[in-house]
Amino acid sequence: MEIQQSYPPSALPWGGDQEVFAVLDNEGHASASKDPRLPLALVKRIYETMLRGRIIDERLMKLQRQGRIGFHVGAEGEEAAIVASAAAMEPQDWLAPCYREVAAALYRGLPLQTYIDNMYGNADDTCLGRQMPDHVTARDQRYVSVTAPIGTQITQAVGLAWASKLKREDVVSAAYFGDGATSSNDFHAAMNFAGVFKTPCLFLLRNNGWAISVPADRQTASRTYADKGIAYGVPAVRCDGNDALAVYATVSAARARAAAGEGPTLIELVTYRLGPHTTSDDPTVYRDKAEVEEHAKADPIVRLRKYLEHQGAWTTEDEQRFTAEAQAELKGCIDKAENTPEPSIASMFEDVYATMPAHLAEQQRQCVEGPRAKKKH
Amino acid sequence: MTQMTMVTAINDALRSEMRADERVVLLGEDVGKEGGVFRVTAGLQQEFGEDRVVDTPLSETGIMGAAVGMALGGLRPVPEIQFADFIYPALDQLVNEASKYRYRSGGEYTCPMTVRVPVGGGIRGGHYHSQSPESMFIHTAGLKVVCPSNPYDAKGLLLSSIRDPDPVLFFEPKRVYRALKMDVPEEDYTVDLSSAKVVREGEHVTCVAYGAMLFEAVAAAEEVKQQGIDVEVIDLRTLWPLDADTVVESVKKTGRLCVVHEAARACGLGGEMVAEVCEKAFLHLEAPPRRITGWDTPFPYTLENEYLPLAHRITPALLETARY
Ligand SMILES: Cc1ncc(C[n+]2csc(CCOP(=O)(O)OP(=O)(O)O)c2C)c(N)n1
Ligand SMILES: [Mg+2]
Repeated sequence: MEIQQSYPPSALPWGGDQEVFAVLDNEGHASASKDPRLPLALVKRIYETMLRGRIIDERLMKLQRQGRIGFHVGAEGEEAAIVASAAAMEPQDWLAPCYREVAAALYRGLPLQTYIDNMYGNADDTCLGRQMPDHVTARDQRYVSVTAPIGTQITQAVGLAWASKLKREDVVSAAYFGDGATSSNDFHAAMNFAGVFKTPCLFLLRNNGWAISVPADRQTASRTYADKGIAYGVPAVRCDGNDALAVYATVSAARARAAAGEGPTLIELVTYRLGPHTTSDDPTVYRDKAEVEEHAKADPIVRLRKYLEHQGAWTTEDEQRFTAEAQAELKGCIDKAENTPEPSIASMFEDVYATMPAHLAEQQRQCVEGPRAKKKH
Repeated sequence: MTQMTMVTAINDALRSEMRADERVVLLGEDVGKEGGVFRVTAGLQQEFGEDRVVDTPLSETGIMGAAVGMALGGLRPVPEIQFADFIYPALDQLVNEASKYRYRSGGEYTCPMTVRVPVGGGIRGGHYHSQSPESMFIHTAGLKVVCPSNPYDAKGLLLSSIRDPDPVLFFEPKRVYRALKMDVPEEDYTVDLSSAKVVREGEHVTCVAYGAMLFEAVAAAEEVKQQGIDVEVIDLRTLWPLDADTVVESVKKTGRLCVVHEAARACGLGGEMVAEVCEKAFLHLEAPPRRITGWDTPFPYTLENEYLPLAHRITPALLETARY
């Protein structure tokens, strides 16, 4: 698909009347003129990662309810926005995620065991139980460490892209963030810098309708989130975020622009958060079930499955086999994580600095040799 | 009297002050329709409407800067920062603006506002939902810093804070939010700012704490009592300006001081307290003053109970100080 330059303002209608680019309808039929005709093996890989993400989310939700893990933030309904966008990036590209995109790291090969160890914060967790569950770090996948403060990764993505530009590498960066994050200082600074310095980066805005209890239309007075590109001279497009093919086509076109030295793109991925914000949230307090049911009709997993079925590339048996395998793998990872001890007490004092200063060495000694807490957390 | 948790006591204080004073306006993320992620503001938007209980866009800078402006414009804003960990985008407005308006304008302008901030660990929050940044604000001249440990004080201190002519940071320990209920009067009452409270009298050691760690200090005091050591426990309640007199008087009696806080040790309030006592009661000291605090690391997730200065760490410190 083509990306329109927004500055100087084009003659194209921007905003609410601006088209949301879509390829698939809810029945999985692709528009003949817009279908990017991706190789079916690629579509299958995207689909399988989306489905795997859903299976993992459902299981982790239950584990949290059973008190076996402390917290989970799921991505139910947003799998296409997350996985198809990651698939459209090159392996050497940086991903600067929010907290809902672990499926992007899984697509790039993050071992499931590594993720599940993070959910348990055990001794095998890459970040040694220092962060809450779902705040993963995956350097091998060029997926930077997840942070909770909203928006901070957006400016960092500009810096990552800038570094690759100065080093003359073919590396593009992509920042993932939510509709709520567009109100953060970092979003505005990032858009401004990216526009001024033409950094090769993509702003992947997951507009999932909600920022906890605040609806997306309360977050901004702009007609659309894509409109925000105009002020910064950053080209912007709207895309059906529940349509994996549309997401792939849009992101790969923007990636090509960035790699060609044409600068950043803001992509509003219009999607919907089907689940609670996190396991700590009760959405019945602020939104109607009917709204959720309406959006569930455009479930990105169902749409892509139907597409694959229409192509003769996926069957009910495939679905059952894949699901059973994914669940078995997950169970194995959970069993192992539950039998892995906590990180050592000593590890709590490591990695504050490259070299442990004297005061921390002393505190580490006091803590290791001192009395133990009566209760685990 | 009604049995209330800290959550209901704060809600009750906000409701009664909003009924009494229409200048009081609440603003923050998720405070309206949802009633706050901790439900502290539950039901207030229903009663007072969307103009006075405002769900804002996701910007702490916006919340704080707008609150400063509202205060200048004659309102009594009570902004909420969802977690202390997310207060940093609002620092410029707090540190350079709210705290300095009175001074820089020779008293022409003031910012009477109370910033409500859930604080502290013990809720499996990892380092972005557990921080205790109170010292940064104590270090900022012009801000008052409050941290109640129980529902009764929370209501009385919040009413004092909202009525105070200066900006107040009101830290609410999340670990205490629903941990206990106590009798709280339904009517209006205040607890004076800058008034520490001796919550347990004792002869041998003075133990100063605040917020969630107060309960750990009291538990440790009970434990060492079995070994014949009588600890005087002081709840600071207001962290700044400090009620040093209450602490100094106590140390003059006991000759020994332990300070407990979950914030990191370096430049924490404990250091200030020890210095204050050394300056004012040096000749009364019979043991080196001790700090029992969070370690100088970021706040961890899995090992949070090893990070926090819980009773298991306070008890031996009290014993060693008493027997020094
Ligand atoms: C600076 C900051 N303020 C507040 C929060 C608390 N918080 C966590 S997620 C969230 C909403 C984020 O919404 P959005 O950006 O739309 O992302 P989504 O969760 O919908 O994916 C808020 C307010 C935070 N993490 N960081
Ligand atoms: Mg959102």
